[in-house]
Amino acid sequence: MFINNHRKNAIAITLTALLGSSHAYSEVEVNISYLQQEIDYGPVLSNILPEPEDAGFQGARLAIKDSNTTGRFLKHKYQLQDFTSADPQALIDKAKAQYEAGIRYFVVNTDAQTLGKFTDALGKEALIFNAGSSADELRLHTCDANLFHTIPSRAMLTDALAQWLKAKRLQKIFMITGATPDDKAFSRAFKRSSKRFGLSIVKEKDWSFDTDLRRTAQSEMPLFTQHRDYDVVFVADERGDFGEYVLYNTWLPRPVVGTQGLTPVAWHRVVEQYGAAQLQSRFEKNTKRWMNSKDYSAWAAVRSVAEAVTRTQTNDAETNKAYIKSDKFQLAGFKGRKLDFRSWNGQLRQTIPLVHPRSLVSMSPQDGFLHPTNELDTLGFDRKETDCTDTNK
Amino acid sequence: MNFKKSLMTLAVGSLLASSTLYAETAYVSNEKDDTISIIDLDTMAVTDTIEVGERPRGIILSKDYSKLYICASDSDTVQVMDLATNSIIKELPSGEDPEQFALHPNNRHLYVSNEDDALVTIVDTETSEVLAQIDVGVEPEGMAVSPDGTMAVNTSETTNMVHWIDTEKHELVDNTLVDQRPRHVEFSKDSKLLWASAEIGATVSVIDTATRQIIKKITFEIKGVHKDKVQPVGVKLSDDGRYAFVALGPANHVAVVNAKTYEVEDYILVGRRVWHMTFHEDQGLLLATNGISGDVSVIDVNKMKAIKTIKVGRYPWGVVVKP
Repeated sequence: MFINNHRKNAIAITLTALLGSSHAYSEVEVNISYLQQEIDYGPVLSNILPEPEDAGFQGARLAIKDSNTTGRFLKHKYQLQDFTSADPQALIDKAKAQYEAGIRYFVVNTDAQTLGKFTDALGKEALIFNAGSSADELRLHTCDANLFHTIPSRAMLTDALAQWLKAKRLQKIFMITGATPDDKAFSRAFKRSSKRFGLSIVKEKDWSFDTDLRRTAQSEMPLFTQHRDYDVVFVADERGDFGEYVLYNTWLPRPVVGTQGLTPVAWHRVVEQYGAAQLQSRFEKNTKRWMNSKDYSAWAAVRSVAEAVTRTQTNDAETNKAYIKSDKFQLAGFKGRKLDFRSWNGQLRQTIPLVHPRSLVSMSPQDGFLHPTNELDTLGFDRKETDCTDTNK
Repeated sequence: MNFKKSLMTLAVGSLLASSTLYAETAYVSNEKDDTISIIDLDTMAVTDTIEVGERPRGIILSKDYSKLYICASDSDTVQVMDLATNSIIKELPSGEDPEQFALHPNNRHLYVSNEDDALVTIVDTETSEVLAQIDVGVEPEGMAVSPDGTMAVNTSETTNMVHWIDTEKHELVDNTLVDQRPRHVEFSKDSKLLWASAEIGATVSVIDTATRQIIKKITFEIKGVHKDKVQPVGVKLSDDGRYAFVALGPANHVAVVNAKTYEVEDYILVGRRVWHMTFHEDQGLLLATNGISGDVSVIDVNKMKAIKTIKVGRYPWGVVVKP
């Protein structure tokens, strides 16, 4: 009881103390828009553990809360305006209206196609953070100077996985690709990674079965994965249709990696080193669920804006854009390294955890994968691989 | 062999100099074992392992060395261990998730950072009363009270600030923005300077206590170690004012900084993920906890070399020495 009373007193005292502070800060108000597209991925066989509907939003919300605690001491105030719709046009219209009303910071959790429309629809002053799409095309060819990606690209994820496979000498890959364009994109990314790190894909198969595998995985899957030899099975099944049933059902007793089994992610509950335990417990306290990759990406986007505002002391979009792109910018992202954005395509550099549902297995980049300037750039598209340059439009 | 001999000499020397029969003892908190390892510094061996609350991190000694205070983070309490019996005699209200703390020179008021709640809790260790709770930034971590007792400081890891708290009025008076993820703060003996490490910013800021402005930012560079792995955490200043030792986390080195010129003079190789440090009584030895290798490095301050590694529990965090 007495703790509470004291706390109240303490708050009153703190507020007066702030006013009397020797550092004069002027008031800054920062409005951030969070836009989320509801996407229907169609019916899946493995529908036992669905993804939370507010994935992404809760990360943005926590980042606003974190930033306001900091802001209190600097007279900075952060507000989130969130909008969710299944209709891409409604999201664009909303963003346009918000831009006209003066909002400059947009955290966008949509598919690649919808995201592509934002850069054209919004004025040049907008800072758009992609916290939803891992599409490689956005990192290779979309070089807008006001577009940032806090979610890792597929190439970063598969590079992280391929480095680990190489380090473990699991080099012969049996590859299974699902039916959706996303699955095919994930497999394409993995093929690039295999080439890059010297793995060999010994067999490629497309998943096209339409039986209910919950009943028949034991009989279907061994036959499907029959092949004379492989070290590991790679699965590309992003929406979680059949992939869960590959584990322990392969013809040869081999580990499963990719979208199921050992999975490269931006974030997962099992990440707890580097102070991550604190972020996880703050998130769980607020949401009563675990923080996932979408939550983390939205969190990192809002925190990037707030980190810039904290240092520049202004909400001016151009100033903050320049700061985020400068080598002064660094985000403490609980991933063991300071994080910043690649100057050529706006991708947030980050370590990639490799996880299974109950434990962290490893963090990439793996030791020994070297890069002339930054080891984190062994994950994803390096400068020369993209159409983008540092002096983008 | 040589080193063994010098250890013997040291041990004999300290025995002669000591007025009591007791050897110096080190206490190490093992974050993932929920234990405290007790090390006899004469034999450099663990003599006992005591079970304590969950996730013990920050530990400090009472000024008379009769008690050990333990932040049992996941038990949401500060435990008090009686060092005559090595048993927990009391639990203090600490607020949630206590991580680091500092004891006022009055040997009574404990300043505790509550990592999950963005608070600093001030507890009277005698009456177990909470004197005040002060709102600070996100993830408060480092805590220190100036040797003259006038000022307490706290660092907030996600807010990236040093918060200055008046110890008489128990109120926040100022904030200094530092680099990313400030972890630890340490006052100079004369209370005039504050050293603050920034783990992700990879710097140590030296702050003038009077103006609360940064007067120097120290950076580190170790051959063969990527700059992003240089993550300063623990800072320890020698009483003679010559050195500041900075534990560099996953860089697996302790930096030796000239405390007058702020030049980095040396890097000492230690175990993996080095975090916190303490001196033994005459400051000839420095002990450092290595989280990932699960051991404590013993550094000879004259040779500037690690001379011994002592295996302790899993993820050793804090270390203190009782003379």
